[in-house]
Amino acid sequence: MTASETYQNPFIPEPVRIVHQRDLIKDHRFFQIRHIDMQRAMSFQYMPGQFIMLSLPGVGEAPFCIASTPSRPGILELGIRKVGKVTEALYQKVDNDVIFMRGPYGNCFKIDQMKHKDIVMVAGGLGVMPLRSILYYVLDNRDDFDRFFFLYGARSPDMMLFKEEFLQLAKRRDIECLYAVEKVGDEKDWAHHTGMVTALFKDLPELDPLKTNAVICGPPVMYKFVIQELLKLKIPKNQIQMTLERRMKCGIGKCGHCVLENLYTCIDGPVFTYWDTLHFRELI
Amino acid sequence: MRIMKMQSKFLDVFLESLEKFGSLYGPVRRNGVLRFEKLEKISDLEISDEVPMIPLKKLFHPMKFTMLQFDERGFSPDYSVIERRVIIGVHPCDIHGLLRLDEIFMGKPADPYYTGLRENSSIIGFSCMPSKSSLCKSTDTDMIEEGFDLFFVNLEEFYLVWVGSSRGYDMIREREEFFEENVSHEDIDRYVEWREKRNAKFEQKIDFNNMPDLMELSYNSEIWNYFAGKCLSCGQCTMVCPTCNCYTVTDVFDVTNEAKGKRNRMWDSCMFVDYSLVAGGHNFRGTRQDRLKLWYTHKLKSFGHEYGRPGCVGCGRCVETCPVDINVITVSTALTTREVPKQ
Repeated sequence: MTASETYQNPFIPEPVRIVHQRDLIKDHRFFQIRHIDMQRAMSFQYMPGQFIMLSLPGVGEAPFCIASTPSRPGILELGIRKVGKVTEALYQKVDNDVIFMRGPYGNCFKIDQMKHKDIVMVAGGLGVMPLRSILYYVLDNRDDFDRFFFLYGARSPDMMLFKEEFLQLAKRRDIECLYAVEKVGDEKDWAHHTGMVTALFKDLPELDPLKTNAVICGPPVMYKFVIQELLKLKIPKNQIQMTLERRMKCGIGKCGHCVLENLYTCIDGPVFTYWDTLHFRELI
Repeated sequence: MRIMKMQSKFLDVFLESLEKFGSLYGPVRRNGVLRFEKLEKISDLEISDEVPMIPLKKLFHPMKFTMLQFDERGFSPDYSVIERRVIIGVHPCDIHGLLRLDEIFMGKPADPYYTGLRENSSIIGFSCMPSKSSLCKSTDTDMIEEGFDLFFVNLEEFYLVWVGSSRGYDMIREREEFFEENVSHEDIDRYVEWREKRNAKFEQKIDFNNMPDLMELSYNSEIWNYFAGKCLSCGQCTMVCPTCNCYTVTDVFDVTNEAKGKRNRMWDSCMFVDYSLVAGGHNFRGTRQDRLKLWYTHKLKSFGHEYGRPGCVGCGRCVETCPVDINVITVSTALTTREVPKQ
């Protein structure tokens, strides 16, 4: 038996095709990818909150959260900001080009803990990407959850990611969407809030904090202010979930880069609760 | 475990006979530096109380190697780093270091390269006397009960040989005539005497049991300012530490072909400024203080939390290596006394 037959190798990326890509806003692009092997594409299992390592031969690998829901299998969706070496090379690709990926990795949002509870989801900017996965997961399994509030803040209407999609979402009866932009700019018919995402909390109805789960993701600066609001609502610290970013080279707890004391962001995270962050000072 | 006796005069001939089990590796002195290397001849082997500068980990978690090859069609694994080997002259601390790395690299999902190297290597351990920096008594890693195929305790004119695996037993069976089953009372006395002599030789002592709590309580202590002010971020502590496993991955194209290349793994260090830098420029550990704290938290606190023992195996290499005296002794002492070291 040769070595190749003996060992399972978790580092070998699988080929996937870019099915479709389009720009969301400047330097933020939406990608749909699918395993070349159709059976693999249909059977690929993941949960909201998990991430994959995208791999471009000769360029390298980087972790990206999955922005689609496993309740709509076959295609994986990613929202990627052009910010580094791997993403710059990725932006050179055209539809139907082959790229590589491995995963899914990491834990996921604690969905069981959220069942039959109210959900307050708070996203800032690009932080909406991992939340988009659980957003549609909840909507696709709507009967398992109680009231659902989706708060999203962007810098301006033209900086809003998935703008059309989310404005459409606001028309649904089974989700309460609250959107805020810091500046309206040229957009005359902006019908939502102007201000920070934290200003949206005053529009929430009365919540039973013990029966409420919060899920948040945004730029590092956002956490502090949003958590303050959630604590004002008396939501228990272990019912506030957040997903974190770290440098990663392996995704499976070997390379060390994403370590936080005795935890690895890649296997023990990327989803942590606010309670976890109080133990692990470096978390946020 | 079986223990046998071998007269010292047979050692070289016996070790040479191990070639049947794989290429021989062991400590060799090159340009004055003791290092683990492939042996050209058995007489190059230098078994002594000195630890090689770079620990045994380099033979299992190589400084740099190719993990994958890629071309237009995709990636395929490259296992050329895996070779059948017999590694001779390994001290208990380095075997303990390997057992710690096993937890990381062979925990699920297992790293195929480390696992392959591990499965294809035999370890022939040798006893040693502590150096002035050895801490292995404090870390409880001065003796070894597992992780070797054979372990030789040097009692001058003879060795007591612990047989730690079925492969080790096969090795002995190859040269049965060298080994005696009967260990006399006198031999046992000699062994006990040796242990007592060895125990008395340790100059360093640290109470590692307190370290997790002291690390936690001292998170904001000024001792970290002091150490961070001196640290050069050179990363030598991480290179010489038997339990440091961090690595980075880089892709390299072949010179002659723009579609073909290699994906390489190489050692990285949490002391380097870009260790926690993410695309877009945010650095989660931009200060030296944060990086030093991470290392010592990992060694003295977190590792114990995960695996029940500290990440330090007491080899003393960081004590010998750090150019500005930041090491497990000075840091532990500062944590215990709550004082920065005297200049």
